[in-house]
Amino acid sequence: MTNTPPALELRHVTKRFGSVIANHDVDMDFRHGEILAILGENGSGKTTLMNMIAGIYYPDEGEILVDGELALIRSPKDAFRYHIGMIHQHFKLVDIFTATENIILGIDDGEKYNLKKAAARVLEITERYGFEIDPYKKIYEMSVSEKQTVEILKVLYRGADILILDEPTAVLTPQETQKLFAVLRRMRDDGKTIIIITHKMHEVLSISDRVAVVRKGEHIATVNTAETNESALTEMMVGKKISLNIGRDDPQNPVNRLEVCNLNSESQDGVKVLDNISFVANSGEILGIAGIAGSGQRELLEAIAGLQPLTGGKILYHNPKTEDTVNLCDKTPFEIRELGVRLSFVPEDRLGMGLVGNMDITDNMMLRSYKKGHSVFVNRKPPKSLAERIINDLEVVTPGTTTPVRRLSGGNVQKVLVGREIAAAPTVLMAAYPVRGLDINSSYLIYNLLNEQKKNGAAVIFVGEDLDVLLELCDRILVIASGKITGIVDARTATKEEVGLLMTKTGGDGNEN
Amino acid sequence: MKTDTETKKKEEQREPLFHIEKNPALSMPRAIGVRAAAILLALIFCGLLTTILTGVNPIDFYGQMIFGAFGTTDNFLVTVQHLSFLLCISLAVTPAFKMKFWNTGAEGQVLMGGLATAICMYYGKALPLWLLLILMFVSAMVAGALWGIIPAFFKAHWDTNETLFTLMMNYVAMQLIIFFMRQWNKLSAGIDFYQLDPTGRIGAFFNGATGVRKYIIYVIVVALITVFMHLYLKYSKHGYELTVVGESRNTARYIGIDVKKVIIRTMALSGLVCGICGFLMVASAQNISSNTAGGMGFTAIMVSWLSKFNPVIMIFVSLFLAALDGGAIAVSTGLEISKSFSDIVTGILLFFIIGCEFFIQYKLVPTARLKALFKKNKEDKQ
Repeated sequence: MTNTPPALELRHVTKRFGSVIANHDVDMDFRHGEILAILGENGSGKTTLMNMIAGIYYPDEGEILVDGELALIRSPKDAFRYHIGMIHQHFKLVDIFTATENIILGIDDGEKYNLKKAAARVLEITERYGFEIDPYKKIYEMSVSEKQTVEILKVLYRGADILILDEPTAVLTPQETQKLFAVLRRMRDDGKTIIIITHKMHEVLSISDRVAVVRKGEHIATVNTAETNESALTEMMVGKKISLNIGRDDPQNPVNRLEVCNLNSESQDGVKVLDNISFVANSGEILGIAGIAGSGQRELLEAIAGLQPLTGGKILYHNPKTEDTVNLCDKTPFEIRELGVRLSFVPEDRLGMGLVGNMDITDNMMLRSYKKGHSVFVNRKPPKSLAERIINDLEVVTPGTTTPVRRLSGGNVQKVLVGREIAAAPTVLMAAYPVRGLDINSSYLIYNLLNEQKKNGAAVIFVGEDLDVLLELCDRILVIASGKITGIVDARTATKEEVGLLMTKTGGDGNEN
Repeated sequence: MKTDTETKKKEEQREPLFHIEKNPALSMPRAIGVRAAAILLALIFCGLLTTILTGVNPIDFYGQMIFGAFGTTDNFLVTVQHLSFLLCISLAVTPAFKMKFWNTGAEGQVLMGGLATAICMYYGKALPLWLLLILMFVSAMVAGALWGIIPAFFKAHWDTNETLFTLMMNYVAMQLIIFFMRQWNKLSAGIDFYQLDPTGRIGAFFNGATGVRKYIIYVIVVALITVFMHLYLKYSKHGYELTVVGESRNTARYIGIDVKKVIIRTMALSGLVCGICGFLMVASAQNISSNTAGGMGFTAIMVSWLSKFNPVIMIFVSLFLAALDGGAIAVSTGLEISKSFSDIVTGILLFFIIGCEFFIQYKLVPTARLKALFKKNKEDKQ
């Protein structure tokens, strides 16, 4: 194998977005007839790297070689010329077209449009690799895994020899995953190069021949899968612990504030997104939630906030004032507020859920409080003074309170949102990725605000992606993987590897129930 | 595979002459300036077109247009009536559009309000006048609101396409009117006002001694609706809620707004105001046909968007359109130019006014290629 030139080679590839370095000086090689898994945390630069190979981005520095020859890949069309195809996480198919129509869409080979001939070729490919698909079925009638098959066929039809799959198993059931893996193995045996991006450790170990680990935009190492193990890979992935000097006081007489029991929820496609989640959030403490993106963090917070339909379980809130206990399950956000539950929620999607981008700061402040009073008219005075206070206290950079929120920078948008949520003096404060995209100073400001709420006796739930931050800021860390809790650890004693292992543990092998 | 220089050359050729960039914030005077320039350009362009195509002096043409809209008392009153109806419907559709509910059913909602009015008139001949008028008014509002609630209910609960739904409801309303007209008058397909107002008391009430009273009623009713809508949209809790729903359903859910309720409530209001317009139209004319709304239900959509949902601007836009229409009729009769030509001029004026919004929102930035072309041109000349 070592004698043949690599199918694809990256040399000193660097990509920057503004001041952010997404990939730095990456050297990597991909061989004919192998399955290579790319492993890395969220935001480590895996997808950017793959997008450069697929022609979506163009590297700022460095070069890409295909079969030992320099390749210029400026667009996905260029990539196909080099027989490279990428299957994206989000499918790009026309719903009302059939599989075949989607597959040949956009091909300009100078031949006459012949659906029958195309369908025959599709069938030939499916038989060769063992896909199961009806070439005349319409996309909207298909299951998720069938749609994925169409995406793969699209790439194969165009003659791809190098296939990049971005988290292909994220949407599949365990059985479908096994089928997909069988197909991938057959393609590998046919001499194709398969690059697969995945977070699931057991899948990496079962499918790949080699693993390339990426961390903070850099290529750490590529190892033979047979010669490595889970903990070695995790260590490479998360790296050494870095000290951040975030303050952390001991919790002051913590009491049970929010109790989540056996929570279950399904997505619209019937996939389980929350699987028997149980935990307790105490007052005066920060509970961190760690996990690979899309493991159910968003659904969990939205379930507590009354936005995610549940299929079972209880959410018990212990009111510190009245000492009553109420079940928040199946209540709307409005009903939850009516019960006297002071629940604040900083959602992940700031402008799409937490705020209204086209409204000014004052009107955004009013979102929480506009209903107050019996008048049919809104009273803009209190929200205006709140807006002024937040602009002042949190140093929001804005021309004034009448500026539409979408005109503010990311950090300032977040200050407005967090400021409003904290102004309600919450007893439970949930924050999903509150420092994502923020600079260092804004991040620390947010950490301080969360610590302040903890001191005031709120139960703070913090969903984060940076393990260093989670370990320094939180009191306890709940780790979630594929909608299941894989562990709750003491943040003061836990190590990064420990949490990293829990994040990639279990997953969808399906035998555990 | 192509060589490097070859692909590069191709790349260069592919580069466009302009880039379109979003204009972050154009100052108020400049925005007004752009609009004024657009209107001026449109007038000049239409003037040239008139001379070339019809041989009429553009000054005569525009003079006749102004005369048609405001020249005589009658012309002026017709313009006032047109303005009132158009403004009323524009105000009616605005809350729905602000909620991003594509209500193309104003036409039908107006017709239903008109039909309810006509039904009250036809069957309520024995009632005292004051009671009949109240009954007409209330049932018109209920009928219009109902025509708004039906598509809203389906949208809220099953997310049906409101554009098609409301559009179809227009045809149902038209057919209903035709049905009733045939019921009432078996001999012909029309209805005359003796059947709706045999004693002439409703006509007398609306005309007053001089025939001007109905115009005063229009102005007062529509002015009240304008003030109401301005307050409702800008300062009421309902107005705030429907804005949030329009901007982001997710945010609305997040803060606990009952999205379904807001959709139905807003469309009920929208239909209700359309119903009032239907009442004014039918009651003041004592006549109804499937063409009573005259397409204003669709023109109103344009007025609402052109005014950026601002009721005050809506007054001026409605006035502009009403005056254009009156002017177009006068031009076709006075200068013996086909009415179609006046409609073309109206269309061009609107095109310029709407088109200039592009230059307010965006700006064109020349790319390197265009600059290079300019430079080359200069050098060639030298």
